[in-house]
Amino acid sequence: MVVNGEYVVREVEARLLLVHFLRDVLGLTGTHWGCDTSNCGSCVILMDDEPVKSCTVLTAMAGGHEIRTVESLEVDGELDTVQRGFMACHGLQCGFCTPGMLMSARALLDANPDPSDHEIREAISGQICRCTGYASIVRSIRWAAEQERARGEMP
Amino acid sequence: MQVPAPIEYARATSIEHALGLLERLGGEARVIAGGHSLLPMMKLRLANPEYLVDLGDLHDELGHITFDEQRGIVRIGALTRHRELLESELLAELFPIFGDAESVIADPPVRNRGTLGGSLCQADPSEDLSSVCTVLAASCVIRGRAGERLVTMEDFHRGPYETAVGSAEILTEIRLPVRGNAGSAYTKVDRRAGDWAVVAAGAAVWLEGPRDAPRIAEARAGLAAVGPNTTGIAEISAALRGCVPDEDAFDRAAEIAARSCTPVTDGRGSADYKRHLAAELTRRSLRTATQRARAAA
Repeated sequence: MVVNGEYVVREVEARLLLVHFLRDVLGLTGTHWGCDTSNCGSCVILMDDEPVKSCTVLTAMAGGHEIRTVESLEVDGELDTVQRGFMACHGLQCGFCTPGMLMSARALLDANPDPSDHEIREAISGQICRCTGYASIVRSIRWAAEQERARGEMP
Repeated sequence: MQVPAPIEYARATSIEHALGLLERLGGEARVIAGGHSLLPMMKLRLANPEYLVDLGDLHDELGHITFDEQRGIVRIGALTRHRELLESELLAELFPIFGDAESVIADPPVRNRGTLGGSLCQADPSEDLSSVCTVLAASCVIRGRAGERLVTMEDFHRGPYETAVGSAEILTEIRLPVRGNAGSAYTKVDRRAGDWAVVAAGAAVWLEGPRDAPRIAEARAGLAAVGPNTTGIAEISAALRGCVPDEDAFDRAAEIAARSCTPVTDGRGSADYKRHLAAELTRRSLRTATQRARAAA
């Protein structure tokens, strides 16, 4: 599979879940392992550009697919707009849900540069945050959307 | 830490390849599509297959939603994902019940992986799509090495976690008959976004006669999460046939729904409350389905 742009080949046990492969085999511990039951969404990664809960995908099933984790957002020391949005609008407190939230936010804005608050809430509805009450996460994603649109409109 | 028990894994390159593997490996093999029903069951040891045959690469072949106008049916491939059902313009136009149901099935990341065939084959008693397909009078194409067979949803869904699909067979396609003057709707009460239903009800209505005074040619209704054998309630269809589609008719259907189900008291609500919901949600789904059928006429 391709993980964050790098071609990766490993021999793994068939039952190994993708979240454990990313964390324990590849050392990409940005993806968090939370509830184990596809409820909390802290393990959300992008599989072929779509948010997916990596605790409910076997590593073997992800073979041949393109995986993006939170580690791919920062490029050459430059944070992604959604990361800067979470900083600017206090989109996190403890940070446990943040990697999953960031990946869902990235996928949302890639598909829909001008989402409504309802669409933002729908996009993160499979993810649980116990700190923020979600309001500041929604604000953070809206901030990122506005920044990216403003940048896109510049000549 | 919840992880599946040790398994062997093979990835199918074609339907025939998958069927060959199933036949050779026997009853301890299971097919896996999106994995969002089977993997949680495997983590809990409620399902203990020794072999998994991954159908993921067959999505191009079995991930279609097409209108076969010549035969008057919509064909949906078994590997069609929830998200594709939700976003399909064809289904939104012909069977709005899919949009109603899919918008409240789990959450976006789960809908990106889970499939129609996986949901129907898992046959969880709280699962939504079995009643959706039953009220739409769907048929299921089941393929084995010897060929295909077509079964109605009534014959396909045998009860909780039980379907007509044999151990060396695969559900490949769901076929929905398209008839005029039709409307459909799904209503669900859940405790929080993405949760299983406390109770849900689906309905489809086909009207006939003059536009200003139509009658019910056929009505179908079914329930989820309130016991076995409720995905389609034949007594409601019999009671509504030929009736004026008014509140009296919907009340009769609601009363039948309430006494046809066997809810249990649990963390999601008391049996009495669920019975009340079964009646009220049946009424609402029939009402909306009728409105949509009138608008379509």
